[in-house]
Amino acid sequence: MAEMKTAAYICKGCELGVRLDAAALVKVATKDGKMNLVREHDFLCSADGVAMIRNDIDNEAVNHVAICACSRRAKTEAFNFPTVAISRGNLREGVIWIRPDTDEARETTQEMAEDYVRMACAEVKAMKVPEGNPNTGTSKTLLVVGGGMSGMTAALESAKAGYKVVLIEKTGALGGMAAKLWRRIPNREPFKAPMDNGVADLVAQIDADANIKVYLNAVIAKTAGAPGRFKVDVAVESGPTVTEDIGAIIQATGFTPYDMAKLPNLGAGQANVVDQLGLESLARAANGGPIKRADGKEVKSVVFVQCAGQRDATKEHLEYCSGHCCATSVKQAMYFKDANPDVDTVVLYTDLRMPGNNEDFYRAAQNKGVIFSKGAVANVSASGNGCTVKFKDLILNEETSTDADLVVLATGMVPTTGPDLDQLNETNRLAEGGDATAKEQVVQMMSKSVLNLDYRQGPDVPQFKHGFNDSHFICFPYETRRTAIYAAGPVRRPMDIAQAQEDATGAAMKAIQAMENAGLGRAAHPRSGDLSFPTARLEGCTQCKRCTVECPFGAIDEDEKRFPLFNESRCRRCGTCMGACPVRVISFENYSVNTVGAQIKAVDIPDEFSEKPRVLILACENDAYPALDMAGMNRNAYDPFVRVIPVRCLGSVNTIWITDALNSGYDGVMLMGCKHGEQYQCHFVKGSELGRYRMSKIYDTLKGMNLEEDRLMDLEVAITDIETLPKKINDYAARIVEMGMSPFKGL
Amino acid sequence: MSDMNQQMTTRYKNNFLKEIEQQAEMGDWVKMCMQCGVCSGSCPTNFHPGWAHPPQEIFMMIRAGKRDEVLDSQSMWMCTSCYNCYVRCPRKLPITHIMHGIAEYAYRLGRAPKGQPTLHLSKTFWNNCTKSGRTNEVQLTQTLYFKDGIVSGIKKALVMQDVAIGLVKAGRLNIMEALGGGHKCKGAKGIHAMLAKARELENQRKGRAA
Repeated sequence: MAEMKTAAYICKGCELGVRLDAAALVKVATKDGKMNLVREHDFLCSADGVAMIRNDIDNEAVNHVAICACSRRAKTEAFNFPTVAISRGNLREGVIWIRPDTDEARETTQEMAEDYVRMACAEVKAMKVPEGNPNTGTSKTLLVVGGGMSGMTAALESAKAGYKVVLIEKTGALGGMAAKLWRRIPNREPFKAPMDNGVADLVAQIDADANIKVYLNAVIAKTAGAPGRFKVDVAVESGPTVTEDIGAIIQATGFTPYDMAKLPNLGAGQANVVDQLGLESLARAANGGPIKRADGKEVKSVVFVQCAGQRDATKEHLEYCSGHCCATSVKQAMYFKDANPDVDTVVLYTDLRMPGNNEDFYRAAQNKGVIFSKGAVANVSASGNGCTVKFKDLILNEETSTDADLVVLATGMVPTTGPDLDQLNETNRLAEGGDATAKEQVVQMMSKSVLNLDYRQGPDVPQFKHGFNDSHFICFPYETRRTAIYAAGPVRRPMDIAQAQEDATGAAMKAIQAMENAGLGRAAHPRSGDLSFPTARLEGCTQCKRCTVECPFGAIDEDEKRFPLFNESRCRRCGTCMGACPVRVISFENYSVNTVGAQIKAVDIPDEFSEKPRVLILACENDAYPALDMAGMNRNAYDPFVRVIPVRCLGSVNTIWITDALNSGYDGVMLMGCKHGEQYQCHFVKGSELGRYRMSKIYDTLKGMNLEEDRLMDLEVAITDIETLPKKINDYAARIVEMGMSPFKGL
Repeated sequence: MSDMNQQMTTRYKNNFLKEIEQQAEMGDWVKMCMQCGVCSGSCPTNFHPGWAHPPQEIFMMIRAGKRDEVLDSQSMWMCTSCYNCYVRCPRKLPITHIMHGIAEYAYRLGRAPKGQPTLHLSKTFWNNCTKSGRTNEVQLTQTLYFKDGIVSGIKKALVMQDVAIGLVKAGRLNIMEALGGGHKCKGAKGIHAMLAKARELENQRKGRAA
């Protein structure tokens, strides 16, 4: 690589030149920053300013550029120089916009700006130009697992976008659950009547599409490789096993209805009690005519019991709402009313949920004479030639009952995910210890596997709540913790057909993105396009395995010598491994223990008697840093003694940064990361949780240094905390003043 | 039990919802209630003790087939016709009209509560104003004051005497009305004929015997 030639650019636009002493900043960049070339410009992001930088890169061999202007989140298109290393000194959102324009504030504001220039210079010198992941995969074929509504939609949407698709279906026909429905909930105006399930149409489109290859009666025997270069063994029943080259995978394996045999008090096992799927088959048999029971009697009265074995606070049955069952019962009540308006149809619900335009559908059912009663069903018993449903009327507040020829139970959705990985790992551990039953359990659990991933971390995608497939449901619904493997449809969360189709389309889009990125050696979401990837200096590695265990995406294996082996294409570049490494041998070309460490060291620490404390803020670049930027845009002022360094994730924070900062005289350290736990908002799912766990250990170190616990502050920040964040910073700064200056200054 | 009540019970075989839908004015809206309770929350009467069942509960009782409880209830008679519920109902149910429809049906069946003040006022007012085509305010007030006997009537009149004298002085009340004088419609006969025809048409429309 060519010799490093550094350059710093000081922008004077956006009032920077008025509020700050640019000449002093140039001096700082030259003297403290030791940049080879320092230039100022009145309007750096203008065509002229950009041309100046471009000219230096092309003709002066500048390859490390520190741009001291606005936030790294602004003007990314203007300052896009992919061939050089770039750092950004945030003088606008980070300094002048969060400081009042007064004479008293001028001095501290200038000091703040000078520090950010020093930091940008120090950072860029510690950076390398990312060269890109050489382990690219070029397959652009999408694998869709499951031939139901979601799977077929994902396949068709990808094929329409010009990609080849392999569609695997376990049964002998496409259609999945939707094919078992007599009619579906309407998805278009006027939302007044059940409509054709649409399966035949999709199947015909798939048959006619040359880009889609369908395997029926097939399962996945093994999935090896990485994004862009998966090798998937497809085992066809009583046929050969075929290996397909795959770029990305969509798991759309759907659901099974909750087993109604588990609901004896609601009449499981009685002849005249069916679940919703059971009613669909009666309706299909009736073919639009009057619906008859299994014993051939025409149904004259029917009661629908909502939330049967769902939303169960006792946790004996499903704890969640399956979302579609209210509308499904409405639809099924219409089957009866449409064939014969004199049939008594009663829907017993505790809460009726009609997502989207289904409210119109509900109204249509009321108009057709379907009776909706708010009631909690106690039990269903056989009586005479039908059933008696005992329930508590929740409006009239009384115990009552009603008779019906047929009772339909709205049991919920159970996702068809593979084994729970945590449970599997635990059982595996027992089995390795020689436990015979555990061994059997492992075989049993592995037989449930859907993807049969050849990953060290387990055969399937991790699960979240209630056994549903991993999904970043708050921000990025299709993302799982296995790169280029996406979950869509009811396997991800309970949903109806319309939602599943939307889901499938979204997942197809994400899968295509992932394949394209894998082909270019770039990261997938959320650092989409990032060319850097983690590398380890193995001669320093102690084989502690923390990186392999902590990686939220299962991207790190161990080689035969038990060193970490990175699967770059599976990596999301969060840096959790880097934060975890106790000997600090893991780094990225453009983000490392050094790039941040150098910035921490670059800050000027005034002495104990200056009354100018220094607080280091390590802010998550996904939520906290944008929140700080937006606070600047709103001119919400905060303390001038803080110095903010963006980090990829709280998980990437190495404890050395904190001990180094406190050792070198910072008076406090603030960590800003996303919410963790069950309702997590971390872009990297587990990053902030792992980071916080690590930080909790640092308090011992503080004690050892004889420092107050409050010198380290962990703050949960959401991107919306634009108003509260400056206040919290100021509160912390006040707390620092209260505690007094750090005794470590000038040591 | 009145004849009509008997007839209706047999005719609808206890399908009270259907009975209300076909017999009560605006009764076909009852099935559209989604039990959100905005009507109850909007009612300015704040459900003083006469109001046993708020509107959405009445609707639920109809669906649950509680014929006697609904028809004998005081609740729909308590409505002051402020139209708050009507305006606020997210399902656009004409709740005020439904309440009146049910009340009117109960009256027709002869099941309205005895001595119901709203019913008394309605009847009095109707008879008063249809007699001459204009309201005879003195007679109307008298009828209402003396509803519970002479003593209570005189007491009420004494309480209100200042107001009455004021009205007379301002020319807003004609004492001659007490004797059957005062303002009247020119052609009372015509008015009576029109009202009779309107009733006939309504009976025809609803398929009722005249």
